Amino acid sequence: MSTVIASSEDVQHPGPQTQERGQRAVFCGLTSIIWLHRRIQDAFFLVVGSRTCAHLIQSAAGVMIFAEPRFATAILGERDLAGMADCHEELDRVVSELIARRSGINRLFLVGSCPSEVIKLDLETAAAKLQTKHENRVRISAFSGSGIETTFTQGEDECLKSTVAELPVLEASKQNLIVLGTVSDIVEDQFRRLFDDLGIKDVHFYPGRKAGDLPAVGKGTRVIAAQPFVGETARALIGRGAELISAPFPLGAEGSKAWFEAVAATYGVDAERTQQVLEMPYQRAKRAVSVHRSKLEGKRIHLLPDSQLEIPMARFLSEECGLGINEIGTPFHDQLVMRGELARLPKEVPIVEGQDLDPALSRVRASRPDLTVCGMGIANALESEGLRTKWSIELVFSPVQGFDQAGDLAGLFAKPLARQEILEVGSWS
Amino acid sequence: MELTLWTYEGPPHVGAIRVAASMRDVHLMLHSPQGDTYADLLFTMIEREGRRPPVTYTTFQARDLGSSTAEMVINSLRESAERFKPQVLLVADSCTAELIQDQPGALALGADLPVPVIPLEMAAYTRKENWGAAETFYQLVRGLLSRQAPPPGTERPPREPGARPSVNLLGPTKLGFRCRDDVVEIERLLSSMGVDVNVVAPLGASPQDLQAIPKADANVNLCPEVSDLTCSWLARTFGMPTISTIPMGWGATRDFIAEVASALGLDVDVDAVGESRLPWYSRSIDSTYLTGKRVFVFADGSHAIAAARVARDEMGFEVVGLGTYSRERARDVRAAAKEYGLEALITDNYLEVEAKVQELQPEMVLGTQMERHIAKRLGIPCAVISTPAHVQDYPARYSPQMGFEGANVLFDTWVHPLIMGLEEHLLHMFRDDFEFNDSVGPSHLGSEGEGARAQDSSSGAGQPDDGAIVWDFEAEKELKKIPFFVRGKARRNTEKFAVEHGLTTIEVDTLYDAKAHFSN
Repeated sequence: MSTVIASSEDVQHPGPQTQERGQRAVFCGLTSIIWLHRRIQDAFFLVVGSRTCAHLIQSAAGVMIFAEPRFATAILGERDLAGMADCHEELDRVVSELIARRSGINRLFLVGSCPSEVIKLDLETAAAKLQTKHENRVRISAFSGSGIETTFTQGEDECLKSTVAELPVLEASKQNLIVLGTVSDIVEDQFRRLFDDLGIKDVHFYPGRKAGDLPAVGKGTRVIAAQPFVGETARALIGRGAELISAPFPLGAEGSKAWFEAVAATYGVDAERTQQVLEMPYQRAKRAVSVHRSKLEGKRIHLLPDSQLEIPMARFLSEECGLGINEIGTPFHDQLVMRGELARLPKEVPIVEGQDLDPALSRVRASRPDLTVCGMGIANALESEGLRTKWSIELVFSPVQGFDQAGDLAGLFAKPLARQEILEVGSWS
Repeated sequence: MELTLWTYEGPPHVGAIRVAASMRDVHLMLHSPQGDTYADLLFTMIEREGRRPPVTYTTFQARDLGSSTAEMVINSLRESAERFKPQVLLVADSCTAELIQDQPGALALGADLPVPVIPLEMAAYTRKENWGAAETFYQLVRGLLSRQAPPPGTERPPREPGARPSVNLLGPTKLGFRCRDDVVEIERLLSSMGVDVNVVAPLGASPQDLQAIPKADANVNLCPEVSDLTCSWLARTFGMPTISTIPMGWGATRDFIAEVASALGLDVDVDAVGESRLPWYSRSIDSTYLTGKRVFVFADGSHAIAAARVARDEMGFEVVGLGTYSRERARDVRAAAKEYGLEALITDNYLEVEAKVQELQPEMVLGTQMERHIAKRLGIPCAVISTPAHVQDYPARYSPQMGFEGANVLFDTWVHPLIMGLEEHLLHMFRDDFEFNDSVGPSHLGSEGEGARAQDSSSGAGQPDDGAIVWDFEAEKELKKIPFFVRGKARRNTEKFAVEHGLTTIEVDTLYDAKAHFSN
């Protein structure tokens, strides 16, 4: 385990851990395109799939009106499936058409889907071939966002992993830090200021704001995850010599403090200086969280699987907001990146990996928690049964990391409860 | 492979879900990979339903492909039959499941389930959402009614003397365009004619309700995209007449009333049935400036045809383009387009629609959610008249498109995005105002239209194809004095004029020559 800088804490969660299999009400990895296209502004995402894939993305993103769409689907037809058309030639034609239409693209991602995986269409080879053809104009790579292989945020992991091989080699004498996983622009700026104050130089956020923002990687690279769903990319970076810093995720005052402390310790920053730099934002975060604590304290929460953010969220809610945790569902439990979190969880909280939807909902109904964190396919149905919900996707779409978002994060959970008190209208179903 | 930026319809299994979710006591078992449950959100978020759609998904993953996905199908079937106790269980494949060929329909028939099963063949790679809805509805109705069918050639007995005439409203579904309120409006209209509604389906019906369909005197084919197939089967099998006028717009509503009266043998005074404000609003002088506004219409077949009629005959617009993405309705739309002296655009390719709008430079687009993207890019006012639509087109307020109140809604909705009369006049006269100018949207929209006018709609696209024509600097400046919403058309006409007259440079005079030339 030399590649992981483990903290001294116990990394095992002592509570009950089970796996569940059955119907899963989760998104596929294609959904990650919804935020990745905004983070990497000069990238284009071309899904190779069916009309279902196209429909998924536009149902999610099409409420916004695009003068210039930044994603599309190459829809497979009968001819492609019957082998009457050469899929590689077809893809070549579609990509050329696309590049002609959109001159501002610097990176094209070919995104695999269930149909393309099932018929074993090799998009990586296709990407390599197309790269040769469009050299100097656009970088092309491929990753899978299929439902059969990826759940929701895992799409980002696959996307990032697909460019790891392209990262330049870090010079032997140099050191750098990669912050892994999409964070919002303002969080990036705040983090940079704190790293500066700690004297930590050469910090790269991956993915960056432009497709060409590729950090170098090598023996002197340290990686810290800002998001819990980047395990495969972390492994790929470790494979190129980087070291992974183990820490809880920067959610809430405590999570953020521990996260920065872990980085500072790895860099050998003087402990006194670290405390000096972090003290003011830490206290500010504590104050901001305390505003919402009265709404949340003593309430019981139930988290259904969605994004892999469930474990760190539950930790924040129990540790800093005083909520009782009924159950933590997670679509996938990656022990590598979750090391820093587990020991901070209350010992009796059950973690359920995977899902069997109807029995899972029966457990929610039986225990009637004060708040259920769940996907939007379920939220309104539970609301109409008189249960309060927090739709989970918002956690991926909001600036929630770092000290100065800790209050906002608590606010996201407090809001449905506050709303319940404000509204004097009945429900409708 | 087909490059698709936006798709007008979902896959056919979404149509099947729409039918199941519209009904009561029907459950759908869909063989599909993890992730296809996104379709639930169409109902819980866009339609804002307070229940999960009645669909069980097998949600297989990669690791299941090695073992038996067929077993998952059987387990899911058993569990959904037991848990939800539907009157009918529908079984279908999604696109990925179609590739692995587990034949869930055949498995279901062989599984000895305690509930009637109707297997559906969805043909995901050739067919689309509306076809899926139509096929599902047809299979359900046929499955439930074929045993009741009289022997071929049986005359339909006349209505009992004294019995109230009744019709079925067929076709409305969840995720249809304003179906919720259209049904209310048409029921009200029929009731004021003394006509009862026997069954509304699929929306709100149970399988038991479907069995009562033959009791009505006729079927109203309200949403042909969904109900055409079923109506013609009912006509063939039970001799039930089909009422096919879509009552959208003032005139069409009156035609509908007349058609219902004639199909049921009723004596009805059309004027006494109801009235709309559209005719007077459209006649009042405030609407004079709407005359000849050039509109482009693109929608599903029935909404496109109905909207074109309202646009020309009831609003006084000029319909400069008409098209549909519903291939099943291509013939009807072509026939309608002919009446406007147009060639219909039949395509489901968003890029083709975009190119057409760019070429025609209309002053307004009546389309779908997808045309809103086009209109934003080209800076053209736009109103949504058909699916695909998004959450803002499933409003809380009563907003039918059909019947007399529907005509009122259409008038307000279509006029709203246009610049209002006074503002339009003043923009013609004074170009350089710091607050009211081309670079901002209509002021009555507040910031809604902002940015929409940031670019000249014809920049790039308006350049002549051969590249041989050059705009003189002064002429280009003069062109800019023409208000934004008609500038694209002026540019195009001038260039056309120049080509026709063998000119290579456009000067100020060319611009005005062209204006005079096209002014009749």
